[in-house]
Amino acid sequence: MSSSLFCAVAAPAFPVAFSPRESSALSDRLAAIPKLSAITPASRLTIRPVPEMISSGVPELDCLTAGLPRGCLTEICGTASSGRSSVLLATMAAATRRQEVCALVDASDSFDPVSAAAAGIDFERLLWVRCGVGNSATQKNLSRNPLMVPVEQALRVTDLLLQSVGFGLVIIDLGGIPFRAARRVPLTTWFRFQRAVENTPTVLLTITEAPCAQTCAALLLRLQSSIVTRVSAGAEPAPAHAQVFEGLQIQGELLRSRLHRHHEAIKALERKPAQSVKAAFTTQAVKVS
Amino acid sequence: MPPYACIFVPDFSVEALLRLEPDLRSQALAVLEGKPPLQKVFAMNEHARAAGVTVGMTKVQLEACSDMVLRVRSPLQEDTAHAALLDCAQSFSPCVEDTKPNTVVIDLEGMESIFGPFPKIAREIARRTSDLGIEANVAVAANPEAAVLAARGFAGITLIPAGKEAEQLGSLPIETLFTGSSGDESQFETLERWGIHNLRALAALPQIALSERMGQAGVRLQKLACGNWSRMLVPVDVPLTFEEAAELEYPIVLLEPLAFFLSRMLEQLCARLGARALSTQELTLRLTLATEWHNDENADLPSFRSQVPSSTFERTLRLPVPLLDPRIFLKLLQLDLKANPPGAPILKIHLSAQPVRPRAAQGGLFLPPLPEPEKLELTLARIAGIVGADKVGSLQLLDTHRPEGFRMQRFAPAMPNYNAAQKTDRQESAVTALRIFRPPALAQVTLREGKPSRVQCPKRKEIAGEIIWTAGPWRSSGDWWEQDAWSRDEWDIAVQSESQISLYRLVRDLLSGEWTVEGTYD
Repeated sequence: MSSSLFCAVAAPAFPVAFSPRESSALSDRLAAIPKLSAITPASRLTIRPVPEMISSGVPELDCLTAGLPRGCLTEICGTASSGRSSVLLATMAAATRRQEVCALVDASDSFDPVSAAAAGIDFERLLWVRCGVGNSATQKNLSRNPLMVPVEQALRVTDLLLQSVGFGLVIIDLGGIPFRAARRVPLTTWFRFQRAVENTPTVLLTITEAPCAQTCAALLLRLQSSIVTRVSAGAEPAPAHAQVFEGLQIQGELLRSRLHRHHEAIKALERKPAQSVKAAFTTQAVKVS
Repeated sequence: MPPYACIFVPDFSVEALLRLEPDLRSQALAVLEGKPPLQKVFAMNEHARAAGVTVGMTKVQLEACSDMVLRVRSPLQEDTAHAALLDCAQSFSPCVEDTKPNTVVIDLEGMESIFGPFPKIAREIARRTSDLGIEANVAVAANPEAAVLAARGFAGITLIPAGKEAEQLGSLPIETLFTGSSGDESQFETLERWGIHNLRALAALPQIALSERMGQAGVRLQKLACGNWSRMLVPVDVPLTFEEAAELEYPIVLLEPLAFFLSRMLEQLCARLGARALSTQELTLRLTLATEWHNDENADLPSFRSQVPSSTFERTLRLPVPLLDPRIFLKLLQLDLKANPPGAPILKIHLSAQPVRPRAAQGGLFLPPLPEPEKLELTLARIAGIVGADKVGSLQLLDTHRPEGFRMQRFAPAMPNYNAAQKTDRQESAVTALRIFRPPALAQVTLREGKPSRVQCPKRKEIAGEIIWTAGPWRSSGDWWEQDAWSRDEWDIAVQSESQISLYRLVRDLLSGEWTVEGTYD
């Protein structure tokens, strides 16, 4: 924005002293210049709108986190057998029950259709992308490190899916990828994903072994589990065939949340940042009929 | 008397070629016909005519013109242009006469109530013809022959009110009557000898005297000149076939120039489908490939006849929903050809579309969003380029207990159901998921009292340790009547590793005796 005041012929090389009259005229002139319209003063910045929360499919986790936020990146981390996949299936089942279209970017090609069917997922609404198994022609421009190939594929596919709006839930499953490979995903990539889903109704969920997305994740949840078994009555000590794997006792721990402050659990997290809030629930083993 | 419209394409051979190369419209273009080196000019555009090119000139004579563009006549492209012309006519009226390859007559009776007054219809016909890449003359008259004569004789749009035919057609040269072989050459010569140079002069001749000298043919010619000759229209049933073809001057090797041609052809195909209010769900691309290529270095215009086409490459693009967007089709074809290249130079391109009714769908205000089918198809094609075509889609469980009993299928989500979307309050308890190892990890298992007591996977270092809990075995088998029968024992095991306890599914194949870890409970 130009102004006659700034369009002087040449600036003097020595300090200019203004008389009070000149100074007041200059102030008036400056006040008359219109402000830059594209720049908002920090004092006028508005608070971000609260994202809509949707059910994760596990009521206990919903009590803990108030659900999963739309238009944000949510990260669920945990080691093997911590219950990550069980939560994943429950979330996908809840989304397909809401008639939303889901996309699962399976970096390690470890999705089990039988478990998914038992969880109640509507396969018609689930797009499954199996990474890491493409032929050599499709891997031309990918990393030479075989460990990074599925990760790079997953990131590229996620980029495409986020550009093609309309998905209610997009999941990047890096749970079967070694953490040393998953942590090499640049922070800028997570930031890009977070910006891509911002102001959209898409829930972007990532499953990892340990936190990777750092501050880009609006919600960070860590899972742990313990085994639940049942022994048939009568036999002591119980033989192997008398024992039944009943499910996992999963404990969820909310490590970070940048969402609205009205929820009780999140308030507790804010008051005591050193301490996380937890919730526990039990899964059921898949019964094959 | 019902009005008729005629679409006439002057220099039809040139227009058929210009449909795929519209950039040449501003240049002098001559179309050659015949076997090399005896090729002669068959047709030319206005620029070439202004440069002095005439029909029958040889290629050697044309070499004097430096900026002259030469093309070989393509009957294939002429057929396609003719089909496009019929599609355009059919979009206005079901009663269409296929008079000649370059002439179509349309019965416009009753069309005023749909398309408006006749001048507007004539303009609309000219616009749609232009959209199909053909520059044509359009004339509307009270009878078919008057409309044909006006379209042949006057450039652009001509409207002849009823009763004014003789007045308007009078200025046309006498050759106009013979251009479409309405009369023979001897009649034309006779009229020339008499000093009859235009239709007005022919119309002014006494009818009886003309009949005595030229017979009924002369009377017919005079009635044509007066615009009084009327006949019944012979309607043609235009088939719903949408095909575009191109014969190439040079064989194409790279995909980029091929995309250029495909883009033009798809635009034409979509314009034709759009004119008939149709979409397509299946596109077939057929390429004629050259296996032997002999380029004649001495010739300016290489002959496509010197190539020996022997193989055909065909790709079919099936879409889940009817679409009509040439850009989407082009991108999908490009991605498909990138994944499956033809492997030889391309001589001919043949593109056909299966017509279907357009998609009629209305989204609900309170329904969850759905990816746009056009964008989704493109996204799926791009993802298939990254992970492989068989690794993306939705899955379908098969009616079997065999491991990996599923198959991938095309992902085409249905429209959300409002009633089902409302029933979201039903909460199901979470099930324990199995995270599958593909392929299963081969394991070395130590047994104690018939139970696995220690497991170690050479290829998965993290699966190693004492088994602290086991459940099983759960035996299953199937397909014993087939060659690929299966039988296995499944164990659920908990392995104590360095820092945690992990749960796995251990499988013993009873046919091979191998132990594998199929996955982990997660």
